[in-house]
Amino acid sequence: MSTNSFKGFPRPDGSIGIRNHVLILPTSVCATKVAQDIARQVMGAISLNNSFGCCQLGADARLTEKTLINAAGNPNIGAVVVVGLGCEGAEPLRIAESIKAFGKPVSCVVIQEEGGTLACQAKGTSIARTYAQELSQQVPVETPISRLVLAMECGGSDTTSGLAANPACGAASDMLISLGGTSILSETTEFIGAEHVLARRAVTPEVGKQLIDLVRSCESRAKSLGEDIRGGQPTPGNIAGGLTTIEEKSLGCIHKAGESPLHGVLAYADRPTQPGLWVMDSPGQDIESMSGMVAGGAQVIIFTTGRGSPTGNAISPVIKITANPQTAQKMRDHMDIDASPIMRGEASIQAIGAEIFDEIVRVANGKQTKAETLGHDEFSIYKIAPTF
Amino acid sequence: MQKNAVVIHQKDTVATALVPLKSQEQAAMFVGDAEKSVTLLNDIPFGHKFAIRDIPLHGEVYKYGESIGRATKPIHAGEHVHVHNVESERGRGDWK
Repeated sequence: MSTNSFKGFPRPDGSIGIRNHVLILPTSVCATKVAQDIARQVMGAISLNNSFGCCQLGADARLTEKTLINAAGNPNIGAVVVVGLGCEGAEPLRIAESIKAFGKPVSCVVIQEEGGTLACQAKGTSIARTYAQELSQQVPVETPISRLVLAMECGGSDTTSGLAANPACGAASDMLISLGGTSILSETTEFIGAEHVLARRAVTPEVGKQLIDLVRSCESRAKSLGEDIRGGQPTPGNIAGGLTTIEEKSLGCIHKAGESPLHGVLAYADRPTQPGLWVMDSPGQDIESMSGMVAGGAQVIIFTTGRGSPTGNAISPVIKITANPQTAQKMRDHMDIDASPIMRGEASIQAIGAEIFDEIVRVANGKQTKAETLGHDEFSIYKIAPTF
Repeated sequence: MQKNAVVIHQKDTVATALVPLKSQEQAAMFVGDAEKSVTLLNDIPFGHKFAIRDIPLHGEVYKYGESIGRATKPIHAGEHVHVHNVESERGRGDWK
């Protein structure tokens, strides 16, 4: 198997997917059940969890809409059926129009227009079936590995994450970037204490400053709530696993970024504009973080865990990596890569990094990850203000 | 020497246990190419840290060559280093 290519699904906007889903997209929480019911009835269709989409203000409303639209634009999605209630803030027809800009087939069904959920479900299912059948005839084409956008995540970290799993992840990321690919690192909270180390690698002083400013404003937000980040970060599991402070956790987390220079800082759900390493603003909460990077166009996710996280993502497959030997054994139904040989001195970080890179290529070529096979389709949108 | 703990950077003042370690046991590690041995004063669970040098009250604690917080009590070499004797200096709602 060539390590420099994968069989991908080209999209009208030039992006290339590693999966070929029909996305049933609820624009609000009120449309979620219908979207789920449609997806259940059509092989090849997936739906997203959307708990929002109404009674949101300003930047928060715009962020939810941007995330929904850009998630639909992810290259792993071949066609979209938008489902709306009809009266929500995230107006379904407007959302569907925005998604059309990606060039892929889009339809919209509205519960209040159709006269209830049952009729809406029937119409949506019929449309989704047409899309799924069309997509089933699409033949994947040989694509250079440089077309991959890799999302990098850590969750349930312990000290094995910073010592072994994250550096191995960084080695794999560096390999992809050296071949012309793109990697995204997120979880702004988990740069606190390490931002100066990452900022030193920025390609320009402006990018370095953007990163420092991003982290400072995250810290101020926590303080302005009258709260101490120590209340939530590190988590009880992190602490039981040996991580003492957010600084220690962050210094371990940034190892996922390897050695590559930092090209830029993205807002949540925005797309990288060129290859290389990028940082995306997101919370440390794994599902919201991954959902943002998938909206940013990531076709595949590598996720390091110490304590053992089973989560996946609705749109992009998640490869799980642990360097904790107990977790590798106990949660073997969820762990794709065992990096614990690094902890025992039996394998180098580079060697496990190469194993991770090979797995990324296999997954890009169709191999299901354990989270994928077990049906983990977590998805959640980052919220920046309360609902009103 | 079979190492049972790891020191990441020359500047570090803590090591991380690679196996569960017991009080009075000898922790063995490399600092760069040099072998180092520390007598433990506490049990150290797998993945937890212990001091490899004395750290004064409010002294910075170094791991990865960077500060991970400061000591809230004087810490002796061989002691368990964790939330009971180290505090974060970031995101502090209690500081101005």
